[in-house]
Amino acid sequence: MTEILDIALLSFMIVLAIAVSRMQNLFMAAMMTGIFSFLSAIVFTLLDAVDVAFTEAAVGAGVSTVLLLGTLSLTTREEKIVKKNNALALLVVLITGSALIYGTLDMPNYGDPNAPVHQHVADRYIEKSGEEMGIPNIVTSVLASYRGYDTLGEVTVIFTAGIGVILLLGHIWRKEDEQ
Amino acid sequence: MISVGLFNYWACMVLMMIGLYTAIARPNLVKKLIGLSIFQVSVFLLYITVGKVSGGTAPILGEGIEAYSNPLPHVLILTAIVVGIATLSLGLALVVRIGEAYDTIEEDEIIERDIVND
Repeated sequence: MTEILDIALLSFMIVLAIAVSRMQNLFMAAMMTGIFSFLSAIVFTLLDAVDVAFTEAAVGAGVSTVLLLGTLSLTTREEKIVKKNNALALLVVLITGSALIYGTLDMPNYGDPNAPVHQHVADRYIEKSGEEMGIPNIVTSVLASYRGYDTLGEVTVIFTAGIGVILLLGHIWRKEDEQ
Repeated sequence: MISVGLFNYWACMVLMMIGLYTAIARPNLVKKLIGLSIFQVSVFLLYITVGKVSGGTAPILGEGIEAYSNPLPHVLILTAIVVGIATLSLGLALVVRIGEAYDTIEEDEIIERDIVND
């Protein structure tokens, strides 16, 4: 059952992505991107990544849609009509894609418990993190405790991005204050 | 019973190709950033697929659970999602600034205006 759902949802995501790419109306494209993010959140849930799923639903579908709509309100809603396809870009993308698909032929099958990724440190976290950290959610204990410095680095990245946005757009608010 | 096999990886690659094409070929700057976020989602899906174990559950400890999916790709991707939104917001802020300065957010028109100004 989950296999059918997985295939159906991923196919739907591909269709949506093509639609978003071809759409001239940017407002509709932004909303469709939100739907695309929600679909990916459902796929993450099917793949047992519940923490990733709710972050994607909140941040990917929520915040990024709001940011896109905000940008559209400050710029334009319609994309200029492009008639010809870019043959060179298509060629580059097809070569990259086929090389990557060729690479996946050596990958372990979906859900294979003997895949190399499951053979190293993951078991240690699954066995020990409960007693070492005292919280049942392994993702949380790795994120906030074992790799806490990485999360601190992530906060630094967001802080830097925030400063960048304020520097770039601060004059809009100043203009509003003067009026 | 349908077997997924390698389908998930192929779907990720197709999504990646759509995102990359949108980012390269579309002249509209907002559309380029949307393409970039499609590209990002495809990478997230690839990592999460790798972490899945058949018959496993979400990596939250509980009584009587035999197998858990691998929690480490989940941690990596949680960080990547949040960094992705930071880069998207900075990119969109740049688009707004470009829109103010050039009065357009189409790449070819911006280049034309640059040539005229020179």
